[in-house]
Amino acid sequence: MKRTIWTGIRATLVLTVILGVVYPLVMTGIAQVIFPHQANGSPVTASDGTIVGSSLIGQSFSDATGNPLPQYFQPRPSAAGAGYNASSSGGSNQGPESPDLIAAIAQRRTEIASFNGVLESEVPPDAVTASASGLDPDISPAYAAIQVNRVATQRDLPIDKVRSLVQQYTQGRELGYIGDSCVNVVELNLALDELAH
Amino acid sequence: MQWVWAITSVATVAIALIVVYRPLGDYMAWVFSSTKDWKVERAIYRIIGVDSHSEQSWQAYLRAVLVFSCVGMLLLYAMQRLQPWLPYSLGLGSISPDLAFNTAASFVGNTNWQAYSPESTVGYTVQMAGLSVQCFVSSAVGLAVAIALVRGLARKGATTIGNFWVDLVRANLRILLPLSAVAALVLIAGGTIQNLTGFTDITTIAGQLQTLPNGPVATQEAIKMLGTNGGGFYNANSAHPFENPTAWTNLFQVFLLLVIPFASPRTFGKMVGDHRLGSAILATMITLFLAAYAALTAFEYQGLGTAPQLAGGAMEGKEVRFGIVGSTLFTAATTGTTGGATNSTLDSYTAMGGMVSLLHMILGEVSPGGVGSGLYTILIMAVIAVFIVGLLLGRTPVMLGKRIGVREIKLASLAILVIPVLSLAGMAISFAIPAIHHELVNQVMGNSGPHGLTETTYAFVSATINNGSSFAGFGANTPWLNVVLGLLILLGRFLVIAIVLAMAGSFAAQDQIPTGVGELPLHSPQFVAFFVALIIFVAVPTFFAVLAAGPFAEGLG
Repeated sequence: MKRTIWTGIRATLVLTVILGVVYPLVMTGIAQVIFPHQANGSPVTASDGTIVGSSLIGQSFSDATGNPLPQYFQPRPSAAGAGYNASSSGGSNQGPESPDLIAAIAQRRTEIASFNGVLESEVPPDAVTASASGLDPDISPAYAAIQVNRVATQRDLPIDKVRSLVQQYTQGRELGYIGDSCVNVVELNLALDELAH
Repeated sequence: MQWVWAITSVATVAIALIVVYRPLGDYMAWVFSSTKDWKVERAIYRIIGVDSHSEQSWQAYLRAVLVFSCVGMLLLYAMQRLQPWLPYSLGLGSISPDLAFNTAASFVGNTNWQAYSPESTVGYTVQMAGLSVQCFVSSAVGLAVAIALVRGLARKGATTIGNFWVDLVRANLRILLPLSAVAALVLIAGGTIQNLTGFTDITTIAGQLQTLPNGPVATQEAIKMLGTNGGGFYNANSAHPFENPTAWTNLFQVFLLLVIPFASPRTFGKMVGDHRLGSAILATMITLFLAAYAALTAFEYQGLGTAPQLAGGAMEGKEVRFGIVGSTLFTAATTGTTGGATNSTLDSYTAMGGMVSLLHMILGEVSPGGVGSGLYTILIMAVIAVFIVGLLLGRTPVMLGKRIGVREIKLASLAILVIPVLSLAGMAISFAIPAIHHELVNQVMGNSGPHGLTETTYAFVSATINNGSSFAGFGANTPWLNVVLGLLILLGRFLVIAIVLAMAGSFAAQDQIPTGVGELPLHSPQFVAFFVALIIFVAVPTFFAVLAAGPFAEGLG
């Protein structure tokens, strides 16, 4: 038994070195050489070169008091911290009959409809529901579509211009059939700001 | 049209699994049958003091499994308690004793139940050298035990079932490590991060401060999926864009989860020199998996329930890039293996969708089950199936030339009782203690009423059966739950392993009965249908009461 325990201790240490130190560090080195952009979180940069986020991590486009900024495309509701808090990922975890969730959805639907000047029936599901990560960078093309008019008006841009920009940042189903088509809000809003410069 | 996406997605994964089925299955059989050691393995055996050509009785094998797991647990516990003094701890503090125990038990038991939020609890050293290492070695333990059982079936009149240390080292070095390295690279190419940068602060487009949590994610992500572990680098697990950035990495992760468990029947067939029972097992696994996937997808597409109907679709807790199908396929894979990773919040699924995830675990984790554990669990079920078929046909119950005798059927019966008895007893005791009852209802449950009961049931089943996924509104980080769920994880894992190894020893000691006339037709479609029905009827009725009071009450109410 004593021998088995010694073997167990040594085996644990040897495997920890191989699998817990060598493997992750070597892979980090390789990743930094061949895929530096992805390995470092797919950063997006403004035209002046500053990093303004990651194309993978959603951001809040609200003012300090939490009101949505009308010149930006709005992302989905977020349950990560106060909203898009990247150090506190997570979903609402509210069930299908949760009174809080039901009230929140109804309120969001009304607010989004009036904010964008559309009918409540035009507001798609992803606009009124929080994602699992709370950091979803994407919205559905339907949610982008109802925001085009508002953003164009706020920015004094022709509607067609904004619409074509949305098109440009819409990703179809991968390989034509995997996943859902989506619009990356972070990239789209950055492109809008860059347009102004 | 929706169903086209549902079918093409699962077909893509299926084709990939079919392509690797034979090569990977045969390769794994070779790994555990080869008599030659690699150079690096010889060096390891020298360091740890093991003669790679000596073999162990089932008792010695079990002792080695338990000692190794115990040492791993102590080390992981110590690392968490001593976190502030470890390098790359990112300023995170020492983890409380009950949570550290729970997490150590959870990762050593291949469960990866996470009562903590990783980004605010564990630094890089604990993630890499602690949690990630257990992701590797705990699935290697599962694989080793399954292989020991297969050896028992393949041998005749033998007193030994292999050498645990050799199986452990080979499973890690020849299977899990190379596959993980390749998988990690693929994930990184898709956008999963891999760095040691810590937290970086950026000013967002709208001028706010955002703190991005970096880390060596891809290397853990690869083994998290491949080893059917499920312990995420982040709280949001595979929903987090830094873990699972795109729709195709999502399908790739599903593939990683399923690849070893689905190739295991091939390994089994190769090692016993008869692929017929292996094929029947594979067919059974596929049938159950597809049924769960179809039901989940149907319920989520249908989107019943007040909130989903008000929203116009069941998108609460789902990511836009995955959509419904990318979420339900992942959930079917994670509840059918002992994966436990999630890319959508099960808590917000429709009542019936949530019930299917729970039921899929309750089936015993055999569709296709965890790495190693899927194969040994379904072989135990096969022992029971063969016994019953033998009784029905009035023939001696014989499986692969091994008689299913009193000892074997006793062990198998004991094994199938472990999970329901432990999980339901754990739950009943918790509700029976007034203070704990109060805590459960008022603090722990994230939702009230039937949904809260489903959350609780899910937690106890998930821990005991070593899945690790959760209805995450269930705030499990309390001293009572940390200790109880930690114990359930350990008992659910190691009691079953002990029974499996005892059975391996008992089969190995038997002589082989010559097959031929009077052989039971264990490869016929009728047997597969019977086997599927048996798995369902053994598992589900035990849980019928809680299912009725939980998801049924919610969905039909």
